[in-house]
Amino acid sequence: MDLHRHLDDELSSLRDRVLLLGGEAEQALERAMYALSKRDSEVARQVLDHDDEVDHLEVEIDRQCIDIIALRQPAARDLRFVISVAKMAPVLERIADHACNIARAAIDLNNEPELQSVPDLSRMAKHALNMLRGALDAFTSGDAVMAREIIKSDSEINDLYNHTFHRLIELMVTEPATATRDARLLFVAKHLERIGDYVTDICELTVYMAEAAFIKHNK
Amino acid sequence: MNHSDRIRRMNSAVMTGLTALCTLLAVGALLIILSYIAWQGIGSLSFQFLTDSPRPVGEGGGIGNAILGSLVLLLLSSVIGLPLGICVGVYLSEVGRGRVGNVVRFIVDTLTGIPSIVTGVFVYAVLVLPMRHFSAFAGGVALALIMVPIVARTTEEMLKLVPHSLREGALALGAPQWRVTLGVVIPAAAPGIATGAMLAIARVSGETAPLLFTAFGSRFFPTSLNEPIASLTVQIYNYAISPYDEWHAQAWAATLVLMTLVLGINIMVRFLTRKKF
Amino acid sequence: MPVQTEPPKIEVGSRRGSAPASGTSSSTKVAVRDLNFFYGRVQALHNISIEIPERIVMAFIGPSGCGKSTFLRTLNRMNDVIPGTRVAGQVLIDDQDIYAPGADVVELRRRVGMVFQKSNPFPKSIFDNVAYGLRINRVTSSGSELAGRVEEALKDAALWNEVKDRLKTSALSLSGGQQQRLCIARALAIRPEVLLMDEPASALDPIATSKIEELIFDLKKQYTIVIVTHNMQQAARVSDTTAFFLLGKLIEVNATEKMFTAPNEKLTEDYITGRFG
Repeated sequence: MDLHRHLDDELSSLRDRVLLLGGEAEQALERAMYALSKRDSEVARQVLDHDDEVDHLEVEIDRQCIDIIALRQPAARDLRFVISVAKMAPVLERIADHACNIARAAIDLNNEPELQSVPDLSRMAKHALNMLRGALDAFTSGDAVMAREIIKSDSEINDLYNHTFHRLIELMVTEPATATRDARLLFVAKHLERIGDYVTDICELTVYMAEAAFIKHNK
Repeated sequence: MNHSDRIRRMNSAVMTGLTALCTLLAVGALLIILSYIAWQGIGSLSFQFLTDSPRPVGEGGGIGNAILGSLVLLLLSSVIGLPLGICVGVYLSEVGRGRVGNVVRFIVDTLTGIPSIVTGVFVYAVLVLPMRHFSAFAGGVALALIMVPIVARTTEEMLKLVPHSLREGALALGAPQWRVTLGVVIPAAAPGIATGAMLAIARVSGETAPLLFTAFGSRFFPTSLNEPIASLTVQIYNYAISPYDEWHAQAWAATLVLMTLVLGINIMVRFLTRKKF
Repeated sequence: MPVQTEPPKIEVGSRRGSAPASGTSSSTKVAVRDLNFFYGRVQALHNISIEIPERIVMAFIGPSGCGKSTFLRTLNRMNDVIPGTRVAGQVLIDDQDIYAPGADVVELRRRVGMVFQKSNPFPKSIFDNVAYGLRINRVTSSGSELAGRVEEALKDAALWNEVKDRLKTSALSLSGGQQQRLCIARALAIRPEVLLMDEPASALDPIATSKIEELIFDLKKQYTIVIVTHNMQQAARVSDTTAFFLLGKLIEVNATEKMFTAPNEKLTEDYITGRFG
């Protein structure tokens, strides 16, 4: 039936777009962390320059969701998919924003002498990235089991954050000269921790989409 | 324009012309008949002709008794034939489904096709012979018998045109079947049924043959339904086969009157069947 | 600016405006048990069991020929009119089996009103249409009481203001949407307990449709309403509970919001999302 193929086409184009946005967020995070760890401000600037496109993509997805709801009146799983995408797009955009903030921190830090004996943020970043990739995969395949696993793994990032937090506070106390730079790193850690929370939101949307179950707020 | 296109257009033009020609022939013939009757008949028309009873040749006289007789016969046949025909129609449409209905419908259709003179002979055998004389009553019965199948089938068709949803609507309000038929279906079909009735009346108003054996004819104004009665058609027939020119002229005039009567009935049909609701 | 001393109150919003008044466990109005229905040898409904609570709107959805209309018509025995049909199983209205031997069909249809897909006002005046059921059922012999009941029904059907000055004019002079509301008024006049609606808005434009839908929403305060609809958005808009039929079987009954966001059955989901077969 033509009509339904039409809807199917629109839904798959919507899926492609949101995965594209997810890819952008992922890339922004990866490159921002690269800029930080390799002290490459050029890459950091590229991340910032690219953010407009991410914002643009989010608006487009928003508009497409509204169009589908208004014109196609999706129901049941289609409705849940469109609603999930509509709620997911701003989350992904915010992840990209956090990546931008990390990139800014990287530029600032790169203008100052390199810190010695800093806590390792790359583990945290790696974990956040893995979570994000996994969340996008789970969303693509509608895999609620995987989404639930990822939600659980968010506690690891929180643990890493707490650990990093204490390490940096210690550093500020023992080496007050590095305090500003330590504080910047603390913000980076906080951004990564927030990204973990956002990934959790994405996974919750995936569970809603797949099972029509609201798992938010009932831990 | 390619070849097949041209052929198609030519075909179309030829067919259009052919149908126009046929229409012209039919309508033209009708117009000639009508105007010829009017031309022949109008000369003998007068107030006296319309009101007087027949006189011997040379003394003038009129068809007043025949006009009245025809009206009496039509009234009589309507009183007998219409209710009967409508009832049969209602039965066919609302009650008699299945085999019985089909048998009845077949009989009714056969009756429609019976030559009217046969009906006349039948009534002669059944009514006139036992009563030992011709009568207006027998004439009315004969005409009624011709009306019944016509009215029955038109009534059935009209009732079948009433949307099924109307019946369901009434049934859903808790109306029993007979009230649905009487209160909703028949009123909804009333204009159509009236048309059928009027057409049947118009049809029998032109009948001569069945009246020859039943109402017979009379030279006087009717006084009772139990005696022979004059009618326009029989009068026309008698005058037309007579050897006198004066009577021939009167036959033409009577024909004009009969035609006007039928026309009047048809106009009345149109008037009655205008949609009220 | 005054400082707020108390924390703002958190209000728990009721989700849907006029969900069943008493909320939780409203009593069952119609209970169907193992209903099978046959057109001749063709089985149109298979083992339907469903309970319809009092004073809610239940929508029946499903593709054409799925049996939803047939099932609706078993609830007031409208299928009895169709020859060759057979019913097996129970339909209990207030715990009485409407198919029990000796059950009074006329009384049943008084209690279970019906509105049809195509509006079917009788070719009578507006007043007489609404009064028809009252007269048939001899509800009242007093003219003023009759007029009062007609007015009330027309008001309930949200039609009074549009027709109060022309009650004696033909019902067929109304617009399509008005005619359908007239049919609703006609059904309401005899104060049924259950109102069956067979695609009541399928032939209407969006504005007339929304009027009917608003009306349904108001009516459920007093009546138990069962509506068959092809329009799934309509089912979503007007009903509390939705039942999905497929190939003569009842596939799923569920709260409407559940049905349209997360149905239990895969077949329902496929139908609702338009991915059938």
